[in-house]
Amino acid sequence: MSDFDKSRKNNGVSRRALLAGGVALSASLFAPKVLRAQDYPTAEVNTTGLAVTDDTVTIGILHSVTGTMAISETGSVQAEKLAIEQINAQGGILGRKIEYIQEDGASDWPTFAEKAKKLLVNDKVASVMGCWTSASRKAVLPVFEQYNGFLYYPTFYEGLEESPNVIYTGQEATQQIIAGLDWVNKEKGAKSFYLLGSDYIWPRTSNKIARKHIENFLTDCKVVGEEYYPLGHTQFNSVINKIRLKKPDVIYAIVVGGSNVAFYKQLKAAGIDMTKESPLLLTISVTEDEIRGIGGENIEGAYACMKYFQSLDNDNNREFVAAFKEMWGDDMVIGDVTQAAYLGPWLWKAAVEKAGSFDVDKVRAASPGIELTSAPEGYVKVHENHHLWSKTRVGRAQADGQYEVVFETADLVEPNPFPEGYQ
Amino acid sequence: MQVTRKNSLFTRYELIGFAILAAIIFIVFPMIMDTFRLNLFGKYLTYAFVAVGLVLCWGAGGILSLGQGVFFGLGGYCMAMFLKLEASTPENTSIQSTPGIPDFMDWNQLTALPWWWEPFHSLTLSLIAVIVVPVAFAFIIGVAMFRRRVGGVYFAIITQAIAAVMTILIIGQQGYTGGVNGITDLRTLLGWDIRTDEAKEILYFVNGALLFVCLGIAQYVRKSKLGRLLIAMRDQEDRVRFSGYDVANFKIFIFCLGAAFAAVGGAMFTLQVGFMSPSFVGIVPSIEMVIFAAVGGRLSILGAVYGTLLVNWAKTTFSESFPELWLLGLGALFIAVVMAFPNGLAGVWSEHVMPRLRKLGSRGDSGTPDAAPSTPAAE
Repeated sequence: MSDFDKSRKNNGVSRRALLAGGVALSASLFAPKVLRAQDYPTAEVNTTGLAVTDDTVTIGILHSVTGTMAISETGSVQAEKLAIEQINAQGGILGRKIEYIQEDGASDWPTFAEKAKKLLVNDKVASVMGCWTSASRKAVLPVFEQYNGFLYYPTFYEGLEESPNVIYTGQEATQQIIAGLDWVNKEKGAKSFYLLGSDYIWPRTSNKIARKHIENFLTDCKVVGEEYYPLGHTQFNSVINKIRLKKPDVIYAIVVGGSNVAFYKQLKAAGIDMTKESPLLLTISVTEDEIRGIGGENIEGAYACMKYFQSLDNDNNREFVAAFKEMWGDDMVIGDVTQAAYLGPWLWKAAVEKAGSFDVDKVRAASPGIELTSAPEGYVKVHENHHLWSKTRVGRAQADGQYEVVFETADLVEPNPFPEGYQ
Repeated sequence: MQVTRKNSLFTRYELIGFAILAAIIFIVFPMIMDTFRLNLFGKYLTYAFVAVGLVLCWGAGGILSLGQGVFFGLGGYCMAMFLKLEASTPENTSIQSTPGIPDFMDWNQLTALPWWWEPFHSLTLSLIAVIVVPVAFAFIIGVAMFRRRVGGVYFAIITQAIAAVMTILIIGQQGYTGGVNGITDLRTLLGWDIRTDEAKEILYFVNGALLFVCLGIAQYVRKSKLGRLLIAMRDQEDRVRFSGYDVANFKIFIFCLGAAFAAVGGAMFTLQVGFMSPSFVGIVPSIEMVIFAAVGGRLSILGAVYGTLLVNWAKTTFSESFPELWLLGLGALFIAVVMAFPNGLAGVWSEHVMPRLRKLGSRGDSGTPDAAPSTPAAE
């Protein structure tokens, strides 16, 4: 009796899926293959009691939508919801629609841990898209490892981590730093660098890698200063004076959050015109999102080293930007992390379909080697170490708040979260 | 226990109040909740330690401290340091440049364990430190403030500044403290895995028992001569001073006691949640803890526990149901409580519920006019 009901239900789904498939097929030759739920019985694709039914699968979204981090994390939430909607429009994963439970980390690391636990233990979500700061990731990591959850983490970060329960869709530090330094050295002839950043683990680790690279791998280059300021610091006049005194070729800035606004405004007010490139400013912490706060006119001429810029000129990206603006409004900008967050659901979909199962262990085993040709940033691939192979790009900030891409690496850069010789 | 009714530790109503709370914590919660929710309530109850301390300091003593998070944090950090050292065995940390030290030290280019971390290899010393470090700090603050007769709003502002200073210090010294990430990934206590469900349940009951120890101490203090002096000091400090009492000493004592309660809460928090971070030390959590006490009723130690549970439960529930609007709901709750019930939940109980109960009870029982539960005798 129940088998009969089930098959009827599944037939309904498959008809719809077929219809959707037909529409997609007529729309594009490259439409993805639509998988039917009836070919993947729930009992087989879910042996560990996850929230998977015959026609839905539930995942978690865990970001801060309140508190100081909300401004940064909102873009990630929006990108993830967009990806989920698009996947559902294509027929979902293994014939199942993705449903999501959104939780608010409230910019508070223990809350992240509490909510992560709730998602994994109570809601039994099949995977979680979430976290932004390293602190929040560190807080949820033990939870994910204990309950064997699966997290897609979007932010570029300091590396030094490789959890079996996390896929890092952003860059680890070396991917963001080395190509950019090589570029300023080669193209701009930069020899002296002034490192500065906000005082916490990501800027410190990044500058450590930058310093090692400058001193050991670039010829005749030196670091003339290295300084850190507390999060939220707004008085940069003293460091600006030091910069004028030492006259470095490059200011290497990893200032984060609200401090950015003060930093760039004060640089400009002090007469350091970044469009003249003397000194040249290279940052790895300012995306299009931050420029909205800083103001394009205050940062015009600065260079940023990222893997993605909204202005990237390729078909994937044009579609992504158009879809994002359609869903969330024309005045939206898309930064590096937002794009990385968008990759999360897609990478998970690819891994689940490769594994033919939602079970975390099987998805984990299937993850290395997953390729995504439809990524806005271009082709990406999951490495054995759970990070992504991706290109590094340098962009130059424009007065309109967008970056103009001036350089990109010829090949994908291998992720290397534990870089030898940089420790 | 003394025989005379006036000096006995509990009046009959208070005893009933304690018994009801005990029943809720030890019987009702474990029965109706799964381990996840129970652990969550265990976490809330750790804040109740702070709230009970605040009832003594603020409600009874009139000392409003907006920096209780400092003591909660210090207690929690002492516990976390021990657990972190136990988790950082050379085998677990073999990928580091210096194996055997906590991971965040390695990231910050430290190559040896700082000397002041050494005592935290020992559980006994760590447990002593959980109480002694925060109490010593509270003592220093207390001596510096109360001996100079700094009180009232000035004291509140200074404690708030201390909370801010402490956060900046912890974040700034990240090589020694874990910085803004805090001390994370704590695993075992003397080999006992604190992350399992059974461990969480045991910790919940330990936590509840310790809370009752603190409640007992708080009740004893309130009923003692000290308790009456505190109330006298709150209402007319000069008269107490002119009567020959050293007001400062009493204030220092009660402030240290509040700090000790908070520290125990902090240590239990670390054990149950599995990490400690500067976000419990700063101004916002410190003020939140005052709000817990205010919602529960700042004059009632039991009310403080209920207030803590209610506010945190509301916080979790609102944020689960309305991730983008929950802060507004919580704000509305605070405004409603403060406007409608200035004495908090305990006020509602003693002003509205108790008189009715007493009217019902007076038919068979003569009643005890002096014993409004959950409110000190002077009120």
